[in-house]
Amino acid sequence: MKRLTLYRVAVVAIVIAILEWLCLHGTIDRITMPPPHRIVLDLYKLLASGSLNKAIAKTLGNASIAFTLALIVGVISSAVLHGHRAVRDTLDPLFATYYAIPIFAFYPLLIYLFGLGDGPQIMIGFMLAVVAVIVNTLNGLDRVPVVLLKTARIHRLTRFEIARTITLPYAMPYVLTGVKLAVAYSLIGVIGSEFIMSRGGMGYEISFAYTSFDNATMYPLIVLTLLAAILVNGLLTRWEKVLLQRRGLR
Amino acid sequence: MSVRWQRVRNALILIAGIVLVWQILFFMVGDIAISSPLATLQYTAKLVRTDTFGGHLRATLEAFGLAYLIAVMMGLSLGFWLGFHKLSGDVAEPMLVALYSIPKVTLYPILLLSFGLGLSAKVAFGVLHGVIPITLFTLGSVRNVRPIHLKTARALKLSPLDTVFTVLFPAALPEIVTGLRVGFALTLIGALLAEMFASQRGLGFLLMNAIGLHNVDLIMSITLLLVVFAATISTILLHIDRRLHHQARAADALAM
Repeated sequence: MKRLTLYRVAVVAIVIAILEWLCLHGTIDRITMPPPHRIVLDLYKLLASGSLNKAIAKTLGNASIAFTLALIVGVISSAVLHGHRAVRDTLDPLFATYYAIPIFAFYPLLIYLFGLGDGPQIMIGFMLAVVAVIVNTLNGLDRVPVVLLKTARIHRLTRFEIARTITLPYAMPYVLTGVKLAVAYSLIGVIGSEFIMSRGGMGYEISFAYTSFDNATMYPLIVLTLLAAILVNGLLTRWEKVLLQRRGLR
Repeated sequence: MSVRWQRVRNALILIAGIVLVWQILFFMVGDIAISSPLATLQYTAKLVRTDTFGGHLRATLEAFGLAYLIAVMMGLSLGFWLGFHKLSGDVAEPMLVALYSIPKVTLYPILLLSFGLGLSAKVAFGVLHGVIPITLFTLGSVRNVRPIHLKTARALKLSPLDTVFTVLFPAALPEIVTGLRVGFALTLIGALLAEMFASQRGLGFLLMNAIGLHNVDLIMSITLLLVVFAATISTILLHIDRRLHHQARAADALAM
């Protein structure tokens, strides 16, 4: 396992080294991409100066609102759907084809409905994220062994108690898979819609920097979003592993 | 047969439900923000027959088609290699999963700078979205091929190429099709996003243009067309996907 991590670090290091070399030798010109060490320096300067703190806070804030909404709505609606077979069967084709639908196509409609504030962006992030939570939570709820539910009946637990002490904890690793996707999707939704049309946020700043050839702002911001996404994803993956290991599943 | 009937019935109920919600939303919001289902259909019928629409549609299909082709070829070859070679697979898989989860929209300006404004940037963005799921699903399926199948291939002294085409590929096909299905959706989203963000042609551009012109009918029509297109192809792929998985399970049961 340690050796594999070493290989991974080596792969990333080699890629960065090649990029650095290409940039310094002018194969990739400066307008296309500054050398990696420059990006890191610019990122440090950007964060230290604090000029973009507002944009970063806005994007991450909106993404976390979208994510939280998706998580709450997703878990509650899958708990409800799980009890209603007919409704679930009817919605099944929607869930199965949902991610084939370009949700961003609804962005203009949402701008009309909510105005050009934070609303439409949060909504896009929410719409992208919520189905991932629902599908994965339902998958987890399906796998709760019947014997546990029988035990719950013997103990005369109420429906709420069953959800709190048995079904939700059991489904947790599966919910977590949904959560991981939801984090990614809410970020994609918010940043993507900021890209297309908005008045602030990281996506807006990146696209603004792009149109004004300001690579000293654009590249550090892109790197920052990627690092944030990878970091959150990595932490959740670690937690998932711990949960699965405790159960002897992996 | 009855299961299929049920699926068709569910889909019909779902479509009816969506149209109903749409109509109610229309009554609530009014025609400043959205147009009614009927008006949208009428406008769509008119739109499809105009000359300019054909050009935009062709631009989108061209970008998407090319992107999907490249994504499938890259994804399959990468997936087969990583699935075969255990060390590279183990090293690469978590990295690919991490790449899969990053907001790839942020990379679009970089692609624009490297590929220029036009078809190649759109294609590259589509490929970027589609190639990773196809690779991951192919990798998983190749790795999970039963060892006995490979041993049989070795016992029959099949060449590597023969092994791939007569043993590995058929065995891995159901999972690969799942990957192709997910890849299809993501490639389409990538190509459309690219058009919405920066381009002069295509449905995504038309959609952005319609926002600028405040043309509600046009926005609704294009959204409808995109959703119907994506949902139709995706349903067909899902059908093939389910059938292959079903057959594979049946074959497994027979072999037991």
